[in-house]
Amino acid sequence: MEVSYNALKLHPKDNVAVALKRISEGEIVLISNFESNLVALEEIPYGHKISLHVINENEEIKKYGECMGKATNEILVASHVHVHNVRGLNENERLEIINHVMEA
Amino acid sequence: MKTFDGYRRPDGSIGVRNHVIVINTVGELSALTRKIANLTPGVIPVIHHGGVAQFPEDHTQTLRTLVGTAGHSNVSATLVVGTENDPIAQEIYKILKKKGKPVHTVCLNKNQKIPEILHEGRSWLLTALENSKKEVREQCDITELIVGLECGGSDAWSGITANPSIGAFSDMIVREGGTSVLAETTEAIGAEHILASNAINREVGREFLDIVRTYEHRIKQTGEDIRSANPTPGNMAGGLTTLEEKSLGCIKKGGGTPLKEVISYAGKPTEKGFVFMDTPGYDVESVCGLAAGGAQIVLFSTGKGSPTGSPIVPVIKIGTNPKVYEIMSEHIDINAGKIIDQNKSINDIGKEIFDKVITVSNGEKTAAENELNQEFAIWRLAESI
Repeated sequence: MEVSYNALKLHPKDNVAVALKRISEGEIVLISNFESNLVALEEIPYGHKISLHVINENEEIKKYGECMGKATNEILVASHVHVHNVRGLNENERLEIINHVMEA
Repeated sequence: MKTFDGYRRPDGSIGVRNHVIVINTVGELSALTRKIANLTPGVIPVIHHGGVAQFPEDHTQTLRTLVGTAGHSNVSATLVVGTENDPIAQEIYKILKKKGKPVHTVCLNKNQKIPEILHEGRSWLLTALENSKKEVREQCDITELIVGLECGGSDAWSGITANPSIGAFSDMIVREGGTSVLAETTEAIGAEHILASNAINREVGREFLDIVRTYEHRIKQTGEDIRSANPTPGNMAGGLTTLEEKSLGCIKKGGGTPLKEVISYAGKPTEKGFVFMDTPGYDVESVCGLAAGGAQIVLFSTGKGSPTGSPIVPVIKIGTNPKVYEIMSEHIDINAGKIIDQNKSINDIGKEIFDKVITVSNGEKTAAENELNQEFAIWRLAESI
């Protein structure tokens, strides 16, 4: 039987998945490229992100296998991950990444 | 070896269209230029509003863009509309003549009444149109193709569907010996380390980081912060959270091929392969720069359905989600949303784009061409004097 996924994990290193349709609170989340199913803690709008693990405060949010920002507080598994709990990198954090890459 | 049927120009370049255009040198000639085009059905007006009272950096950039547009390989013949003793008109004329491109100038002057100027322009264009019809396509090698890569109106699907599919296409055409040109410096901010580390050598990587830093610096000088404007409220509603996330999705258009060269706005690639052009994120100015730099076709992903086209190059629009394709199919050519709801892979859509590029190169019109979407604007660096 073909499984109908409602979320997609884009890269093995990612700690978030993208909702392929609107997911309601309490709905079972079937995630393509992820070993277990989750139950959504809250509503995840279409195209928005859902956490695959507990993400600690200041931990990197990984999408496409790359750092897209940092958690501003602890994010529980199966939560909506967006501007209310994620920030972009600051200047120093960015320079650190660039220098690291250019020195390699 | 893969081929397409294009127009071989006297300077050796290859066009995929055979347009006859009329172009103004300075903004005040816009209406006159449109009038000449209206008098001559089949002729495309290329109209801009700059050209005078500019700082030197803008003067150089405007001239480079106008020369690149007027002398483009998709153009069969060019009528330049200028003012009396117009240095821009003279420069374009000289360069196009040298390339062997049919070119003529009509200039506002004290000795010629407006109807006479209109008549002179129209007569020359009618002959140019007749001559263009005699030109025939011939088999050309795909290595002659330069394809621009652009996006406008990104959503959360851009980085998942359309952009990586364009990236797959980019890898394919580079593998075949062709050239792809990624643009939009602002859209790389926050993900610049990835493109830099993927450069062919440290020098090219540094050049790339430099144009990103210079751009950011210019934005800061105006008192703005790119981060306060990006992601936009529309991006955020669609699920994009940070500038980094938007940029990571954006650079997916470049695929996985090493970055060979960094070129200036409207500059011509000197190498075949994967190239980056320094352009703003504003899609109309960016497409204009890509075309002026010699791209014969531009691929353009859109989540919200930007209708942007070009007067001289076919723009192939790729929708990022099924909905935008459904409601705006008039100006979208390919539905990358099939990755979301029809089990298609990124590679499937990459191949579909590749096939489309070939048929469009052979003459098939894109949605933007059918709709006569012919936007044209030159990137301005400074204010007017």
